[in-house]
Amino acid sequence: MNIAFFYALTGIGLFTLGLYALIKHKHLLRKILAINVMGSGVLLVLVALAARTQNTPDPVPHAMVITGIVVAISATALALALMLRLCETSGRAELPDEPME
Amino acid sequence: MNWDAMLPLFILASSLVPGLIIFTLPEEAVRTRVTLNMTGALIKVALVGFVIWGVLNGHHYETRLPFLPGLDLVLRADALSILFITLSTVLWLVTTIYAIGYLENSPHRSRFFGFFSLCVTATIGVALAGNLITFVLFYELLTLAAYPLIVHRGTEESHRAGRTYLIYTITGGALLLVGTVWLYGLAGSLEFTHRGFISELVESHRSALIIIFTLLIAGLGVKAALVPFHGWLPQAMVAPAPVSALLHAVAVVKAGAFGIVRVVYDVYGIEFAAGLGVTLPLAILAAVTIIYGSLRALMQDDLKRRLAFSTVSQISYIILGVAIVGPMATIGGLVHLVHQGVMKITLFFCAGNLAETLGIHKISEMDGVGRRMPWTMAAFTIAAFGMIGAPPLAGFVSKWYLGLGALEAGQDWVIFVLIGSSLLNAAYFLPVLHSAWFKKPMGNWPAERSFGRMETALTLLVPPVITACLVLLLGLLASAPFSALQWAQFITTLEYAP
Amino acid sequence: MLMQNIPWLVMMIVLPLVGAMFCFLFPQRVKLLGLITALVIVVSVTALASQVVEQGALRYAVGGWGAPLGINLYVDGLSLLMLLVTALVGLAISVYSIAYFNQEKSQHFWPLWMLLWTALNALFLSADLFNLYVTLELLGLSAVALVALAGGANALGAAMRYLFVSLLGSLFYLLALALLYHSFATVDIAILAQRIEATPAVWAAMALMTAGLLLKTALFPLHFWLPPAHANAPAPVSALLSALVVKASFYILLRLWLEVFPLPNAALVQFLGLLGSGAVLWGGVQALRQTRLKMLIAYSTVAQLGYLFIAFPLATSMAWKGALYLLISHALAKSSMFLAAGNLQLFGGHDRITHLDRVAQRLPLTLAAFALAGVSIMGLPPSGGFVGKWLLLDAALRTGQWWWAVILILGSLLAAAYIFKVIGHAFTQAEVPHEEGEVSRMMEWVAFVLALAAIVLGLIASWPLALMDIGTPFNSGVAQ
Repeated sequence: MNIAFFYALTGIGLFTLGLYALIKHKHLLRKILAINVMGSGVLLVLVALAARTQNTPDPVPHAMVITGIVVAISATALALALMLRLCETSGRAELPDEPME
Repeated sequence: MNWDAMLPLFILASSLVPGLIIFTLPEEAVRTRVTLNMTGALIKVALVGFVIWGVLNGHHYETRLPFLPGLDLVLRADALSILFITLSTVLWLVTTIYAIGYLENSPHRSRFFGFFSLCVTATIGVALAGNLITFVLFYELLTLAAYPLIVHRGTEESHRAGRTYLIYTITGGALLLVGTVWLYGLAGSLEFTHRGFISELVESHRSALIIIFTLLIAGLGVKAALVPFHGWLPQAMVAPAPVSALLHAVAVVKAGAFGIVRVVYDVYGIEFAAGLGVTLPLAILAAVTIIYGSLRALMQDDLKRRLAFSTVSQISYIILGVAIVGPMATIGGLVHLVHQGVMKITLFFCAGNLAETLGIHKISEMDGVGRRMPWTMAAFTIAAFGMIGAPPLAGFVSKWYLGLGALEAGQDWVIFVLIGSSLLNAAYFLPVLHSAWFKKPMGNWPAERSFGRMETALTLLVPPVITACLVLLLGLLASAPFSALQWAQFITTLEYAP
Repeated sequence: MLMQNIPWLVMMIVLPLVGAMFCFLFPQRVKLLGLITALVIVVSVTALASQVVEQGALRYAVGGWGAPLGINLYVDGLSLLMLLVTALVGLAISVYSIAYFNQEKSQHFWPLWMLLWTALNALFLSADLFNLYVTLELLGLSAVALVALAGGANALGAAMRYLFVSLLGSLFYLLALALLYHSFATVDIAILAQRIEATPAVWAAMALMTAGLLLKTALFPLHFWLPPAHANAPAPVSALLSALVVKASFYILLRLWLEVFPLPNAALVQFLGLLGSGAVLWGGVQALRQTRLKMLIAYSTVAQLGYLFIAFPLATSMAWKGALYLLISHALAKSSMFLAAGNLQLFGGHDRITHLDRVAQRLPLTLAAFALAGVSIMGLPPSGGFVGKWLLLDAALRTGQWWWAVILILGSLLAAAYIFKVIGHAFTQAEVPHEEGEVSRMMEWVAFVLALAAIVLGLIASWPLALMDIGTPFNSGVAQ
């Protein structure tokens, strides 16, 4: 049980907490935050579990994580812009109800 | 260029190409439309004549195109196909003339004739199909092409009829497809072969073959109006008369009956089908349909509905002929395929004339109409007597052979069915004839249109007269070479083991 | 010759990317630039196709660095087929969009559409899991932005929901990827295929990846986000989403199952088939209940996607080919339907089905397109849909799993019901004249040509089926 394993567990924990928050909360900003928390969790897992050799850290997953961070930032930016526009048109910062028909 | 391989495609094209062009024509382009229609019909007649001549001189006409892995699209002019395409082609020519007259000045003619041509193309495809998958393809095309004709008028009633039609035919098509796929998985081929191609499977897959047979017959029986799948047909009477004439004499119902013929003879083979025990239930179902259709016909006052139930009953003669195991019965069934078509189309043409000229839709309105429209009613009379089975008309020939076949196969009960249905036919046709010829007209006709000195428009009058003459000739000249009877006898020799 | 030396693989990704940049930089000429890019992409995919047909499957190491450290691009028959369909539908949508969008909307549409195309091409050419993740994200983001293009609360809400779903699915996928990398120290698909074993970590990874991809493919019951997104987007965008975007995640799932995860799992495949059946039935029933045309078409997509998953329990080479044939036919037919719906909506100002007759009878070419596309959706011959249905039925009956055949038939019957519900309106006695909207002939013809292509696909089945065999993607570890 090395330290990396605990980081991985934390990552999974963040992932689960984020998932719960995403489903439970109605406010869009909270959902966006939840997605970010989930993302951080996954990236944490990726960093923690990365090892092809025993002693030196493996740069490949680190490269993946950097890419992942960039993707997360773009996604968050889009989400925030969309949320603002949705607030303007509908007046509420929530997803509209599922269409009944 | 291998002309022999292309000829079946040309026959299809002779109605497909005009049809597609007609779709693009504006409503006012009457002359162009009529020219296209008539040219297509005449070319098709010429091509079919050419095929007959060619086959008699030893040519082999077959088109083969890759379609699915392991299965080709096959169009082949064998003896059975020639029987059907000759019928379809000649009757299409006559119906085209009739339809042009009937639909004069009504809306959406381009759309109508476009789908009309597609229907005929699909029917020819069904006739020329050389294996079961090609058959299924054109069978389903027919389903689709006939729908717009049924709902042509656009009324609530048409749409209800259209919906019923779709529910029946699409479900039937699905059953047919499942049976076909299953059979392909077992047999590895679907080519129509004289005396069937399932002989090796009879021992190992008995129950599967029986279930497949049921699926195939159910799918085909919908179009062939076999009880209990007949419900769509009387409702479809809401369509214009040329549609009823075409659908009920040539295209849709015949395609179903033709399919059953193919399945019993060229997929299963009559001896193997009998061996599996499926022919007796089929015969019983056909017999029930014959009697039930006639009984329901008796109860109708609407002329077209009476004719519709008569169709339900008459098509099952073909199926009965197929289901009785014996060459005479086969001949009877096959020849009735042609005879019923010609007789029924005459009846529908006359019904259309009565509706268009005098506004008559019900039998109770027909008193004394024989004096007003003698030629139409003469044609009707000939066809009606043919239906009853009076010699020397066409209908008599078919019933004679069916009766002989029943005796030959030891199925004596069929004779009673034949006699009973002939009596019922008389019961629902003779009173009509009586009131038309011998009663005085009740007053003014519901909606009379005058055509000068002629009783009705020429384009409406000539077709039923022609077909009535055919009814006479097919009966009188039945033993002449190239009559329908001779052709049916020829086909039968191919389907039974020597 | 020169044509052979150009790495057409790479061009497939670079061309739309460059096109996107040019569209963004020169908003005044955006329509022209977009069309040129589309045409060049079509040329390039044709060149790639001839290369693959001659030489078999191709592998290309980007920058000269191969796996496991570098990025490999790989094209076999399966990827080529997806690229071809994308190019064909993409060209049609491009032509349509030139007429559909006004200048202002075009400036936003074209860069996004080109980016979407880049993502699709790159996805079909990727040979490792992480590259797939990146392309998947790009695909999701551009798709969401395109949905939001319609403006209005409905579209924005649908886009927001779609975004959450997309990100959620990708995160599941990424987590699974982490687990796989931890176990086998590579993300390259070919190498993973050799190293894979059935450990708990791999089971967990498989479950996570499948769940994430199922969410993105909108398989019942994870389909809730699809109807609002596809119905409220502008018509060309709806066409893209239904025809191509949802198929991309299915493609990844297929690749993974065929190459990386061929582990014994009988219950799981039956479960996937069960979900597929649920989609077919539920989607069909819901489509029947809709009052808006685009919602009906969107639920039809849900149902049709269900068919694809019936191939999983059947698992013969013919079954996979049947599912793929359904996939490409659906791409053509569904895009045609959405474009036809777009025409009707533009002309009439609304897409309520009950009032469709007055509009439909003024646009006969559009209605013909819808009807022909409907023939393929119903699986009636001759059409690509029929070929796919035949292959699946054949596989189901041969392997004795006849219950899938029942589902296929029921799905077709439901499809016939909702298709004819719409078509019936063409044959009513609608006399009420209607004010004309702007529908150019080009838009009608594009819808019609796409529908015709779906029908033609039913007559030339041998070529696409032969194409699918290049590189034998269906033989690794799967029963024949």
